[in-house]
Amino acid sequence: MIGFWESILLTVITAATPLLIAALGELIVEKSGVLNLGVEGMMAVGASTGFAVATLTDSSLTGVLAGIGAGMALSLVFALVTLGFAANQVAAGLALTILGLGLAGLIGAKFVGTSRIAIPPIHIPGLSELPLVGKLVFGQSPFFYLSVALAVGVAWFLKKTRAGLSLRSIGENHSSAHALGLKVLRTRLLAILFGGACAGLAGAYLSLVYTPFWSPGMTAGRGWIALALVVFASWLPLRVFLGAYLFGGATILQMHAQAASLGLPSQALSAFPYIATIIALVLISMRRVGATPAPGSLGTAFVPPR
Amino acid sequence: MRLELIPRRDVSSLQRSLAPLWAILAALVMGGLIVAFLGRSPLAAFRVYFLDPLTDPWALQELAVKATPLIIIATGLVYCFRANLWNIGAEGQLIVGAIFGSILPLATVGMESAPWVLPAALLLGALGGAFYGFIPAILRVRFGVSEILVSLMLVYVAELTLDYLVRGPWRDPKGFNFPTTPTFESFATLPNLASEGRLHAGIIIALICAAVTWFVLNRTLFGFGIRVAGEAPRAARFSGFNANRMTIAAFVISGGLAGLAGIVEVTGQIGQLKPAISGGLGFTAIIVAYLGRLHPVGIIFGAFVIALTVYGGEAAQIALKLPLDLTRTFQGILLFCVLAADALTTYRLRIVRGVTA
Repeated sequence: MIGFWESILLTVITAATPLLIAALGELIVEKSGVLNLGVEGMMAVGASTGFAVATLTDSSLTGVLAGIGAGMALSLVFALVTLGFAANQVAAGLALTILGLGLAGLIGAKFVGTSRIAIPPIHIPGLSELPLVGKLVFGQSPFFYLSVALAVGVAWFLKKTRAGLSLRSIGENHSSAHALGLKVLRTRLLAILFGGACAGLAGAYLSLVYTPFWSPGMTAGRGWIALALVVFASWLPLRVFLGAYLFGGATILQMHAQAASLGLPSQALSAFPYIATIIALVLISMRRVGATPAPGSLGTAFVPPR
Repeated sequence: MRLELIPRRDVSSLQRSLAPLWAILAALVMGGLIVAFLGRSPLAAFRVYFLDPLTDPWALQELAVKATPLIIIATGLVYCFRANLWNIGAEGQLIVGAIFGSILPLATVGMESAPWVLPAALLLGALGGAFYGFIPAILRVRFGVSEILVSLMLVYVAELTLDYLVRGPWRDPKGFNFPTTPTFESFATLPNLASEGRLHAGIIIALICAAVTWFVLNRTLFGFGIRVAGEAPRAARFSGFNANRMTIAAFVISGGLAGLAGIVEVTGQIGQLKPAISGGLGFTAIIVAYLGRLHPVGIIFGAFVIALTVYGGEAAQIALKLPLDLTRTFQGILLFCVLAADALTTYRLRIVRGVTA
C-alpha cells in the first residue's frame, strides 16, 4: 500500500514540476508589470530545441541548456516588441505563442519518432534506499530539486532583497518607480528573460525527462495552465508551489481514472484539468476581499517621459 | 545603448493604413531567411506561396473559401479587442457553434427537402457560439476572473466535447467506424456560388458581417461605447456607459460570430462533423484582426493575406516539401511585425548611446 501511494506521489511530482518552473518564471515577469502570454510557445521551443540538441550532441545537459537558451531567445523578441516598441503585451504574447509553436515544429521535425533515455533521477547510495522517505526525498529527478530551490529562491528574492523590492514597485506603479530613479525597462527586460529561461527549462524537462521524446503539441496547454497558476496563487511564490501540486494531482487523478475506466467518456476526464482550472480561478476570485492582488501596472506599456 | 520612443505628431490615417504593408514586407524578408536556413530557395518559396495562387483563377476561389471563416471570426473579435477585452477563445466558440448548428442538419439526414433547416442551423450555430462566449464574460463581470484564461481553457473543453460527440453518440453508424457524423443533406448545406470550384455562399455572409460591423462601430451609440471603453475607460464610466453590460455584449457578439463561422465552415465546405473541423482558425483570426488594424475593411484584406499564406503553405508542402509549421512561424512573425509597425507609426525610434532607463 505504501508503495502505491509513494508511486502516485512520485507521478504527481513529475506532472507538477514543469508547471511549477514555468509558473515561477511568469510570476517574476508579472511582478515586474509585464504580462507575457507566450509561455506555451516558449515552452514548446524549449522542448523541441532541448530534445534536438540533446540528441545531436548526445548530452542531456547541453540539451537542457539549449532549451533554456531557446526560451530566452524567444522572450527577447517579446521584450523588443513590448519594451522597445511599447506594443500591446496581450497581442505580442499571442504572437509569441503562435511563433513558438511554429518554430518548435520546424526545429523538432527531424526528431519526431526518435526517443532518448530520460535523464535519470539522482541516486545517493544508502539515503535513496531508506524506507518511506528515501525515494521521495533523496531519489528524485534533479529538476525536482531545482524547482523547489527556484520556488524558495523566488520567494526570498521578492520578499527579502532590494532588487526584489525594486522589481515589485516597478510592477505596482511604473511611473512612480521611474520617478524614483529605478530602471523600469532594464528590470523588465531581465524579468522577461528570466521568464523565458524558466519556460524553456520547463519545456526541456517535458522532452528530456517527462516523456523522453518530442512530438508536436506535447506541451498540451501546460503553458496556459502555468499562467493560470500565477493568478490562482494571487502572485505569491509559495502558493504557486501549492497550486502546481494541486494541478499536477488533478492531471494524475485524471490519468488513473482513465485507466480504471469509470464508465465516463475519456474526453470528459481529459477535460477535467481545464475545467478544474476555471473552477479554481472562480473560487479564488470569490474568496477575495477588496482589490485584486494583481500588480498595478500589469499589462500596460511604459514609455519613459522625456 | 537604448531605444527611445518619441511620439510622432500628426500621423495621417494613410500612414496608419500603410503600416500593415510594411509589416508584411518585413515579415517576408524574415520568412525568406528562415526558408534559406532550411536549405531551400527563398525565391522559389515566394513564388509557390504568394505568386502562383494569385495568378490562378481556381486558387482565387480557394482563397475566398479560406478567407470566409477568418473574416467572420475577426470581425467578431473587433468588438472585444476595440473595447480592450481579450477573447482568445474564438477557436472554442467556433467549435461549439459548429456543434449547435449541426443538430438540425443531423436530425434531418434522410429527409426529402426542408429549406428551413439551413437558416435555422446558421442561427443555432451563432447562438451556440454566443453562449460559449458568454461564459468568460459573465465570470469576469461577476467574479473578476481573467477572461483571457477562461476563454482559452474553454477551447480545450470544446475540442474534447466535439471529439466525444463524433466518436460516440453522433458517429455515423454506416461510417466504417470512422469518427465522423453522417453527411448533411444538400438542403442543409450552403449553396455553391460557381458551377465549378468550391466557392460557397459563406463569403457573402462574411462580407455582410464586415459591413454590419462597420456600421455598428461607426454609426451607433453601442459601437461608440465599445470604442470609448477601449480608448478611454474613465471617460466611458463618467459618460454613463455600463462597463459590465458592454463586456457581456462584446463577448456574446464575438462568440456568436465565431460560432457562425463554425457552422458556415461545416455547412459550407465540410458537410459533416469530424474531430478536427477548424485547425486553429480561431487563433489565426487574431492575426487577421490585427493585420486589418481592427477595422472591418482592413480585416477583409487581412483575411485574404492570411488565406494566401495558408493556401501557399499547403502548395509549398507538396511542391517544395516545406513543413506546414513554416506557415505558422511566418504568421507569428507577421503578427510581431504588425505590432512593431503600428508602434513605429505612433513613435519615432531614436537610438541613444550610453545611459539606460
